[in-house]
Amino acid sequence: MKRLPILCLLLWLCALFYVGIYLFVSGFLLVRLEVNRTSACDDVLQPGGQQRDFCGAKPRFKRTLLLIVDALKIDFARYDPANKTPRPYENKLPVLEETTSLRPTHSRLYPFRADPPTTTMQRIKGFTTGSLPTFIDVGNNFASSAILEDNIIHQFGQIGKRLVFMGDDTWESLFPKKFQRSLPFPSFNVKDLHTVDNGILQHLYSTMVGDDWDVLVAHFLGVDHCGHRFGPDHPAMGQKLTQMDGVIRAVMERLQNDTLLVVMGDHGMTDTGDHGGDSQKETDAALFLYSPTPLFPGPPSQSEPEVVPQTDLVPTLALLLGAPIPYSNVGQVLLPLFPEAQVQGAVAGLSQLEALWVNVKQVNRFLETYSSMARDIPPESLAALQAHFSRLSSAYLASSPASSPASRQELVESMQAYLTAVRETCRATWARFNPHKMAAGLVILALACLLCFMVSQASGALGAGGRGLLTVPVATAAAFSIVCVCVCVCVCVCVCVCVCVTVCVFLHACVNPTSFYPVSKVEAKHWSGSAHLLLPPLLVAGLRCASLLSDSYVIAEGRVVTFLLLSLGLYVPVRLHWDGHLLPPPHDPQKPPAGLLPPPPPPAMVRRESYVLLGCLGLLVGGAYLSLSFHACREEQGACTPSPFLSPLARMQDSRLKNLHYGLSLGALALWTHLLRRWLRHYGNLNASGGAVLAARWALPLAAVGLGLNWAVSGTPEGSFRNLAELIGAAQVALPRALYALLGLAAALLWADPLTVFLKTRGPATGISPHAELQHLIPQIYQRMRRSLEDSEQQLAAGREVDTRPAVEAYGLGTVYSAPLLLLCGLLGLGLLLLHPEGMAVSFLLLLLEMAALLHIHASAITVLSLPPGDFSVPWTPLVLWALASSQFFHATGHLPTFSSIQWGAAFVGFPGGHSGTLLPATLVALNTFSSHILFAVACPLLLFWPLVCEVRGGAGGGGAAGQEEGEDAVMEMRLRENPQQFSSALLQLATRYLTVLGVQVLASVCAAAVLRRHLMVWKVFTPKLMFETCGFLVSSVFLLVGVGLVLRTDLAVGRWFRRLLHADASR
Amino acid sequence: MSSGNAWFRNYCLRKSLNENSQCTSAYRKSGSFSNLTFVAFCYAYFIIMWDHEIKAMASSHAIIASSVFMATVLPAVFIQGFSVYGTHLLWLYSVTGAVSVVNIAVFWLLGISQPTKKNTLGYKLSRLVRSCMYLLLSCLFYHTVVVLYGAPLIESALETFSLAVLLTSLTTLRCLCVLGPNVQAWIRVFSRHGAMSVWDTSLQITVACSLIGAWLGAFPIPLDWDRPWQVWPVSCSLGSVVGYLTGLVVAPAWIHFHRKQLTYKSK
Repeated sequence: MKRLPILCLLLWLCALFYVGIYLFVSGFLLVRLEVNRTSACDDVLQPGGQQRDFCGAKPRFKRTLLLIVDALKIDFARYDPANKTPRPYENKLPVLEETTSLRPTHSRLYPFRADPPTTTMQRIKGFTTGSLPTFIDVGNNFASSAILEDNIIHQFGQIGKRLVFMGDDTWESLFPKKFQRSLPFPSFNVKDLHTVDNGILQHLYSTMVGDDWDVLVAHFLGVDHCGHRFGPDHPAMGQKLTQMDGVIRAVMERLQNDTLLVVMGDHGMTDTGDHGGDSQKETDAALFLYSPTPLFPGPPSQSEPEVVPQTDLVPTLALLLGAPIPYSNVGQVLLPLFPEAQVQGAVAGLSQLEALWVNVKQVNRFLETYSSMARDIPPESLAALQAHFSRLSSAYLASSPASSPASRQELVESMQAYLTAVRETCRATWARFNPHKMAAGLVILALACLLCFMVSQASGALGAGGRGLLTVPVATAAAFSIVCVCVCVCVCVCVCVCVCVTVCVFLHACVNPTSFYPVSKVEAKHWSGSAHLLLPPLLVAGLRCASLLSDSYVIAEGRVVTFLLLSLGLYVPVRLHWDGHLLPPPHDPQKPPAGLLPPPPPPAMVRRESYVLLGCLGLLVGGAYLSLSFHACREEQGACTPSPFLSPLARMQDSRLKNLHYGLSLGALALWTHLLRRWLRHYGNLNASGGAVLAARWALPLAAVGLGLNWAVSGTPEGSFRNLAELIGAAQVALPRALYALLGLAAALLWADPLTVFLKTRGPATGISPHAELQHLIPQIYQRMRRSLEDSEQQLAAGREVDTRPAVEAYGLGTVYSAPLLLLCGLLGLGLLLLHPEGMAVSFLLLLLEMAALLHIHASAITVLSLPPGDFSVPWTPLVLWALASSQFFHATGHLPTFSSIQWGAAFVGFPGGHSGTLLPATLVALNTFSSHILFAVACPLLLFWPLVCEVRGGAGGGGAAGQEEGEDAVMEMRLRENPQQFSSALLQLATRYLTVLGVQVLASVCAAAVLRRHLMVWKVFTPKLMFETCGFLVSSVFLLVGVGLVLRTDLAVGRWFRRLLHADASR
Repeated sequence: MSSGNAWFRNYCLRKSLNENSQCTSAYRKSGSFSNLTFVAFCYAYFIIMWDHEIKAMASSHAIIASSVFMATVLPAVFIQGFSVYGTHLLWLYSVTGAVSVVNIAVFWLLGISQPTKKNTLGYKLSRLVRSCMYLLLSCLFYHTVVVLYGAPLIESALETFSLAVLLTSLTTLRCLCVLGPNVQAWIRVFSRHGAMSVWDTSLQITVACSLIGAWLGAFPIPLDWDRPWQVWPVSCSLGSVVGYLTGLVVAPAWIHFHRKQLTYKSK
């Protein structure tokens, strides 16, 4: 048995996966810290630094009308009179061109460049905060999407402007309670072109004419939805744009002199009408500014900006309307809108220089705050920016209104350069996909999957053929992996890929010559046979991966996984029957007995196994169906009611229903404990006095009782027992903490002493017949083991006779490996259940039953197939089923791959007062979210042991005729001790196969995110799915290693135990 | 069960033996063929005889397929507003009825079904009753399976049951026609060496194709395309019917191309 190489190899494979995931995610997810400070009127941002009430001055405009046309691309807004045959989207907005040419001092049309991600919600955040929102704005609470950062809507509200909003209801969720009056319309249905627009048009003109508003935001969605539905090159787009033309005309007619009109698109669209990415077609929208009073000093000049970044709108609007610039803004004011020099006595407000100075000071303040909070801006560029600012500051303070225009111009340009530099630095840090990193991550992930697959295929041959073959590649691989990880994380991506490739090739070469390719014909046959057997599980796994590429399937994932699980589960008996294994073979006298094949199993056993198989299939199907009733609902799923079991008891009103739920949960909990204990007792694992047995005997039931009490305490409605309130409060803290401690202690005991074997000495001739006690012990095992050990190790001392010695009985030796594993599973399950709502106990029980059903199906199939002895390898089908079941119960424990469905309550179990750190609550929430992944990963090695555990059943059921072979059959898991080589290779194969199945799912989800990064649903469906899938993989792989580690630890303990026994025996 | 097939095969064998003897006599009469040619001739004749069964199967399948077609087209002529999506259940019942009637008729006329040992009225009646019971049980079975696979339990129970009836008429009815009301035989047919005649093989193929078609039909349901054929159970019933038609086409072709590998042993 090789322990260290297996662990090292697995660790290395996992590390490879982690590196791939890390690289991809760091290239794909853009992270930014939110600064939760707000600007105020009395900030010292004034020109010259003297204190003055900023908001008190008379602003240039009293009111503004923000007309947002979603996805108004700049191509839509341009007008080309020479174009005689315009496409449906061309030349449909002539009003813009007419106005800019007829009234050049009143209006301008600019291309308006958005920053990726170009999705509506991120864009609204962008042009209201003036910042560059990324996918994850850390500090944002996931539960609601409200903008907590300082923004222009908030600032307008602060200075007393009356805000009115109509249109896309995204605004309502982003700015709850900020608007005086708001008329949101549903934006979710992409096929609906008119509801939002018509809703706005009903109210827009009447509101405009009225005098009860200062800032009016109208967000039209029709153009965007038309793009999504038909694409830009469609007559419907022409109609929609013509309608928008009419709207703009009508609005301009009704404008008053103190009002600024802003018509803008929040992003563009590709030729197919999609957006979300960073191509120029998606980022370039249109910006049209108009006012009935002259807005610009003159007609467009050379100094006009060619393209206006979207962030520039915020400071411009803020200064034009006399509000402070929002704190996190990194945009710069749009200079043409400000007069070059201060005009005395006019209402023009700030001059160019003053406006820029206010802007520069605000941006510098933000930069200081941000860099003190986060370290992601490179220090050298930060230092350069600081130096630039101090130069500017001294230059500005030195300048006076009387200084020459040339020096002023120079100062203006320097300030602009500073603002642009800050913006570019921030953008480089936050707002750019890193395609190299993404590609490298993808490649490494794919390589890791391939490598895992190759190792799993090769490990079988390794066990049979190569001794010591494994150590060389493992050692080198470990060395390489360290280099690889270091290189990847620190320096450069290309080198990393190269290293991975070389390692891969190297390993391949190491393993290759003898074991990779089938050498003999028998092996070739085996190979092709396994390839043939591979097909349907591969198909199902492929379907599962393909389903991750479609948003509809991701939304319906819980049902899709159950469907696939049932299909593959039903396939197992169908396939066995098709091959004629399920019916006892008819007697066929003509057929000569096959010499090579093992003898077919006896008909009675086959019949019994097929009944077991069918019964377990029924259990599996029933469990899977019942588990559907524990699902939660996504917001995309229209007609769906979340499971009633998901709400905690404390929230339930009806007391009878509450009692019923409590009783049901208690019953499930009791059954969970009882089943585990019964199994352990059945195989004689409860007789010894070691740590593991202590945990099984006392910790398990005690924890269950404590859990039941805890539910009762937390379920009592508040204020029902007034005099006991303090006691209840204390119990709410003490009980879960005591449970954590108890379970932790039990797990530690289990790890320290995993042996559950009880030794009993008795006289040589006395005792009960082995048949009678077979249920509880396997007496002959030890005899056999001792004999075989002596044969191998003590050849010299073989003179003594066996019969004269006292016989020794060893209870629980047959399940020495699976018992601690199962026990750990049970303990973990109780701990995880503690973090869930009470009703989930039923779901956990279903999980246990389904696990047992899968294990029995696997064991029966193996028994019926009657593989040659010593072949412990687990085929793909049960592993794919195992992985599917773990995803299925992710959903059936009330979880969903969305951020809003994370059960935050788990962080407060045992800590009702909250936490001081972030690590502990994060761990608790992660444990809660991935509980099914954890349980299935820890229990994965059981797939290897279960056919052996079920073996005793086969021997005992054989009846009297098989009595002679009883001793042969009842060896159970000691078979693994007999073939340590096969054991290690089978364990390695099992783990790598499971990792492969999980890794391919991660790969598919990563591919979905990479390929569909322009998809409408990328931030809503695919990215959350990607994050949940990768986190699930991390947790699964870690706990798989824990499971494998426990098995290896047990093996070590068993080896020691045998040695001690032999020693004692020899010394006697 | 197998006695019927054995009988049928014996009948064929006898027939082909007769024909063989005819051809032998023809050979003797002419006396101009070489020995080799004689063997080739007999082999060709054997293939033709083999083909006879396949031809019968192909034509019967063609009749069944055309009945499905007619069941789709004819009601559209007579019933106002009939369409596969709009009045789906109606279409489903018409296909079910047509397939059932034509299947029973074809197999009865061909004489594939099991000849009764006892020809008494009581025995026939009990067989009939048992067949009906099996059909009913199979409907319930399919209904349960479909519900377990995720169909709504209560809301559209009628639609689900109609699908179960359709599946029954496509699979169980054919089993009944070919094998008689004998569950043991049904179970045995669906294994690698279980087929005992070309009809058994075609039964395997059509049943597998219909079920796989129904399974595949469930795939488009979660997609958000809002098409009329995504409504439950339209895609599944369409899938099963398309699968069934595919099976009808594939079965004779497959048997034809694998005729050398197919060896049926009678029990």
